Amino acid sequence: MLEVDKISKVYKTGTFGGELKPALREVSFGIDKGEVVSLIGQSGSGKSTLGKIILRLVGASSGTVRFEGADISKLDKAGLREYYRHVQGVFQDPFSSYNPLYKADRVFEMVRSVYFPHVRGPEWHAKVEAALESVSLNPADVLNKFPHQLSGGQQQRLLIARALLLDVRLLVADEIISMLDASTRVDVLNLLVELKRRGLGVLFITHDLSLGNYISDRSVILRYGAVVEMGETPKVFGNPQHPYTKSLLAAVPQLHKKWEPGELGAAVVPASYPGGNGNAADHGEPKRYSKSSLNPLRHPAPHGETPAATASASRPSLMELEGAPWQRARPRGRRTEAVLAANPAPPLVEVEDGHFVAANGQ
Amino acid sequence: MTLDVEALSVAYRTLRGDVRAVDGVSFSIADGEIMGLAGESGSGKSTLGNSLVYLEGRMKHTGGTVRLDGKELPIWDQRAMNAYRLREVSVIPQYAMSALNPTRKIGRMTADLLKSRGVGYDSVVEEFKRRIDLVGLPQNVLGMYPFELSGGMRQRVTMVISTLLNPSLLIADEVTSALDVSTQRAVGEMLMEFRDRRFVKTMIVITHDLSILAQIADTITVMYAGKLAEKAPASTVVDQPLHPYTQLLLASLPEVGLRYDQAALVGIPGRPPSLLRPPAGCRFRARCPFAFDKCAEEPPFVELKPGHQVACWKAAEDAAQEKAARQAVPAGRGGEPAGAGAERAPAADGHGDEQAAAVGARAVPGQ
Repeated sequence: MLEVDKISKVYKTGTFGGELKPALREVSFGIDKGEVVSLIGQSGSGKSTLGKIILRLVGASSGTVRFEGADISKLDKAGLREYYRHVQGVFQDPFSSYNPLYKADRVFEMVRSVYFPHVRGPEWHAKVEAALESVSLNPADVLNKFPHQLSGGQQQRLLIARALLLDVRLLVADEIISMLDASTRVDVLNLLVELKRRGLGVLFITHDLSLGNYISDRSVILRYGAVVEMGETPKVFGNPQHPYTKSLLAAVPQLHKKWEPGELGAAVVPASYPGGNGNAADHGEPKRYSKSSLNPLRHPAPHGETPAATASASRPSLMELEGAPWQRARPRGRRTEAVLAANPAPPLVEVEDGHFVAANGQ
Repeated sequence: MTLDVEALSVAYRTLRGDVRAVDGVSFSIADGEIMGLAGESGSGKSTLGNSLVYLEGRMKHTGGTVRLDGKELPIWDQRAMNAYRLREVSVIPQYAMSALNPTRKIGRMTADLLKSRGVGYDSVVEEFKRRIDLVGLPQNVLGMYPFELSGGMRQRVTMVISTLLNPSLLIADEVTSALDVSTQRAVGEMLMEFRDRRFVKTMIVITHDLSILAQIADTITVMYAGKLAEKAPASTVVDQPLHPYTQLLLASLPEVGLRYDQAALVGIPGRPPSLLRPPAGCRFRARCPFAFDKCAEEPPFVELKPGHQVACWKAAEDAAQEKAARQAVPAGRGGEPAGAGAERAPAADGHGDEQAAAVGARAVPGQ
């Protein structure tokens, strides 16, 4: 249904926009009818940019997005309106998606004025109520209310209902539940599953792997704007190949499994930190707690290491995770093509059926 | 006990009356303890945390006392509190990433901050640099402006500045919520290390994310609608929660590896009550699957098991039954006392069964 074909995007950064940063590098994947694809990556990995490109809120530097065979960058005004009838987005912050001065259901009226100018009142009302029912909202609870009178989960479901009023086939869901409480986020997640069963395609953009795993059929892992691993979700999560995917998985906090030291990669306690190697006394370092003497409530240490050792050894090399890996191709690098040429996306290798990984751990 | 909070109440003044965001809350935190404070938005968890450091103009202290290291904190008097802030109590704000002054270099900003507390920058700059090292940042961040740092780096700088004077109590309000998983983990581990190195004596980590607390907290306190619902060691809250709210909250968390076609998660139906005129009795009653007549009375926040405090009539009854069963069964008998059967009978669904099973398992070593 939707095809993303070698999409690249270069942003201007630096004090005067003098530098070019590749936000997306030759990203390709597709979404079928009734399929949930999660797009997973850290902040800065380009996942939201890709969502915006698909919604045509931002233009791509190169590559094409095709929806049902048509290149979306070539759509004229009427074509674009038709496109938005089928492709809709819901974003992270429901509280800022509404105008607080108007009642929340104004979003439905705006859809009506653009897409359904000829639908009559009662018929429209029935349509709105049907859409609200399908996101399991009670119309009496949410109609005629101001946004602040609704909970975050209700607001978010209202926005999905708005998309459903149209003949929506693809929903771009950009971090739609990260601002919601645990008790309400499940309702929104289950709603997406329900919609998927009815044939809706969903691009589920998230940084939370457990959510991505819960809901999606296929997963795409982005790192610095390039795909490092993608494929069917059980394969990607059950048998992660790329070191980046592994370290992301290791960082997910779990209820019944404690973080192990060293999972995130190299341990770094700078040698210049005097207390770093347990040689504390020389520097007047205050005495540390040891887990045993800590307090009676503290659960026992599994292997009896000192907490300092555990904590220092498990420090991830954050600089490595955050740092900028791209080559600054200057002075010629001021041109988009040169920047992209200097930062090619790693080639993908199929390790098992339907499971692709960037070659050489790049 | 480092921190002792006794019957603390804090209200927001609104045109329609006082919103009792924190309503008669009592708890204490031991030396070296990281207490996680969890709850839905609107449960009053941030209000509770903030009130220990800074009461905004619209917030009002309506009762109760806070004692830190044996001294009473004048939390209602903003002037008097200045003497304690940063030295005794400190906070990592909810939006730590934007808490830095954009027009000042990090070092300069810190110097200003310390001056306002009567501390010379020169006296702490060496320690400041060491701690900047410790969190894995280059020392030259002191000469940089906040916009030159990434979000995760700014978060770490804020953490170092907040704890520079080794406060007794640190409030970390949603410090991990805006971060992605790997940075989240690094920040969580950093909080533990700050405690292990005694930069801070005790810590309250406020978040709605129970799985983060399961990693870093010693005890978890669950708050609901301005009241405490449950407090226990972290592993107990996660494995054997007694309050129905905690049980439902845990059931709504997706675990890694779980998929929608294997097991559908369930949310908690309904919404928290308005705190403008909170309902009488247990405030979770309207959403609680176990609610019964007695819940019209307000449940006391009492210790049902050692170190495990709960405000719930059903949990209290279960605990009483379990105790009775343990006394009724003579030593040496099997693990299927009549009490366990009685335990199972009122349970309406899987949670009750789990609980009964857990109760049975616990009863064994005692005999």
